[in-house]
Amino acid sequence: MWALLWKDVLLELRTKERLSSLFVLALLIILVFVFALGPEQARRPEIGAGVLWVTLLFAGMLSLQRGFLIEQERGCLFGLLLTPIDAGTLFIAKFLGNVLFLTIVEAIVTPITLLLLGSSWSPLLLLLAAVELLGIIGFSALGTLFAAIAVRTRAREVLLPVMLLPLLVPLLMASVKVTSALLAGEAWPEAWLRVLLAFDVIFVVTGWLIFGQVMRE
Amino acid sequence: MTGWIIEAENLRKTFAWTPVLQDVSCQIGAGEIVSIFGPNGAGKTTFLRLLATLLQPSGGTLRLFGHSPTDAATRRRLGFLGHDSFLYPDLTAEENLTFYGQAYQLKNAQARIDAILTEVGLQQWRKTPVRIFSRGMEQRLSLARVLLHDPELLLFDEPYTGLDTRGVATLQTVLATTKERGKTVILTTHDFALGLEISNKAFILHRGRIIWESTGHVPPAEEFGELYHSRTQSPGSPTPDPRP
Amino acid sequence: MKRFAPFADDVLPWLTCAGMLAALAMIFLYVPSEQQQGTSQRIFYFHLPIALSTYLAFFTVAGASASYLLQGDRFSDLLTQAAAEVGMVFCTLVIITGSLWARPIWGVWWTWDPRLTMVVILWTIYAAYLMLRMFAGDTEQTARYAAVLGIVGVLDIPILHVATRLWRGIHPKVEKMAPEMMWTLLVCLGAFLFFFCWLLWLRLRSLSQQDEVAALRREMLASL
Repeated sequence: MWALLWKDVLLELRTKERLSSLFVLALLIILVFVFALGPEQARRPEIGAGVLWVTLLFAGMLSLQRGFLIEQERGCLFGLLLTPIDAGTLFIAKFLGNVLFLTIVEAIVTPITLLLLGSSWSPLLLLLAAVELLGIIGFSALGTLFAAIAVRTRAREVLLPVMLLPLLVPLLMASVKVTSALLAGEAWPEAWLRVLLAFDVIFVVTGWLIFGQVMRE
Repeated sequence: MTGWIIEAENLRKTFAWTPVLQDVSCQIGAGEIVSIFGPNGAGKTTFLRLLATLLQPSGGTLRLFGHSPTDAATRRRLGFLGHDSFLYPDLTAEENLTFYGQAYQLKNAQARIDAILTEVGLQQWRKTPVRIFSRGMEQRLSLARVLLHDPELLLFDEPYTGLDTRGVATLQTVLATTKERGKTVILTTHDFALGLEISNKAFILHRGRIIWESTGHVPPAEEFGELYHSRTQSPGSPTPDPRP
Repeated sequence: MKRFAPFADDVLPWLTCAGMLAALAMIFLYVPSEQQQGTSQRIFYFHLPIALSTYLAFFTVAGASASYLLQGDRFSDLLTQAAAEVGMVFCTLVIITGSLWARPIWGVWWTWDPRLTMVVILWTIYAAYLMLRMFAGDTEQTARYAAVLGIVGVLDIPILHVATRLWRGIHPKVEKMAPEMMWTLLVCLGAFLFFFCWLLWLRLRSLSQQDEVAALRREMLASL
């Protein structure tokens, strides 16, 4: 499994296309929000949290698609299926890859966002990072599963968001609520955290179990 | 558990709910070299992919090495060379092989990679990204990928297409060597001469069924050519060629 | 499939009609008006059964999806497709009837109450399902992908439920109901259940016949 992960990292280091496009896209989305909503509105913690997560969602979709497009060229996915590596392991490797790339992008984008939105942030950075990680995990779990499906159909760019977004609604709600509470300096909303954790656990396990069905032909 | 390497019984595969392979039964033993001929759309690639466990049968049974095709251990003992090379274009030849070496959990991977690269004549290109390779070179590297983990069962889907003359020579040598070492090879091809030259058994697949199987020795190429054309000469629409 | 045919083709349509007529009669002639909401409350007798049918359709999709993943049979696949289509129709009806009910009572066409939010998301999941089928073609592979979507969807429902509840809430709560109301509701539930099954059957039969036609066509071409 680590071989798989390393291979994806190596590919990225070689081409650098995934991280760079993610980063630029994320930044652009944030700017679009600031211009669309106006800087005073964007300053509010709920809005800031919302902007952050919407950006993550859309940039994340791009990352997910790239993750499987590299396997489509030259039929590499079949090369992987030929090896003794089982589908569950393949899922975890791809899932971790997605988490890794998104985390890297978020690590850079978040401070910039907070800066642009004028929110205060220094004491909470670590907690914020933790919440973002949880959100990224949930997103990557379902995302890896459905990206594998979408990439093998027509109209894959439209199908992935259409399939993924409705299912991600609870994740989105929870992540935004927790993030905005953090940014506003309020108390930890425990109920939402539980939703977030439950979502993560359920869908990482589901993805791991059901990925084999997606890979079968 | 019998000693058959491949045991297929009434194998059936549907694609878009249309049968592409039906009633395919055969038994292949160790050390046999089998050629499968047939017009385009006959189901040769589908059959080979079923044997490679890349596809699951829609019906019938298939056993490889006496075990179920879904075992991970079974996959370690076979290799498949198809039209796609299964190589990552942005990685070098060496990196591709290193990756597959890890995926197959090879011990002494580095030595094995060196040996195999020499065998296919790509030693000097080991640090070059595959994107730069010519089609012939890529197929040779793909052959290296297939042989890397020393599989007992080799499945080649139209291996002669896409190979340059050097590649064809390399492949023939490889096939001769595998024959000596008692490996089993199944290949599909349109080239009667090349295929029959090395095989000890042949099938003709037509419209998803096996319509002819050789008994005893394979016929010489010209005789086979006549047989082939008479058997596959029938009017009507060809079945669609489903490339998964 | 064949064994359902006699019941489904002959009995079900009559049951549905009878049920619907009875339901209409009870709604407009029998049951008294609700205290606070007045006449417009009667739409509730449509709204609730339709909502329940939507969930029933969804669980049918999930169940048939699981069946397909385990057995790979065409019937399970057709069932998921039929159930998703019927479910989509009912889901749209829930939103419309809900909206029509909301306007006179709350004064707005729409609000972000948990149950409404839930139904909207359910609608988008249905839409995603149907789009997947549309774009990925009619193959065993698509059936498998759709089945995965169906199962993941059903797993998401409880989480969605909790999340939308946490988010906010003003949907009317059904408190004590007068016995006449109870009866009316039960009759309506029955009527819509029959209606749902009948629609499902019609669609299933139509899909199955399409399959038969395709098979016949193939045979014809092959024998030429």
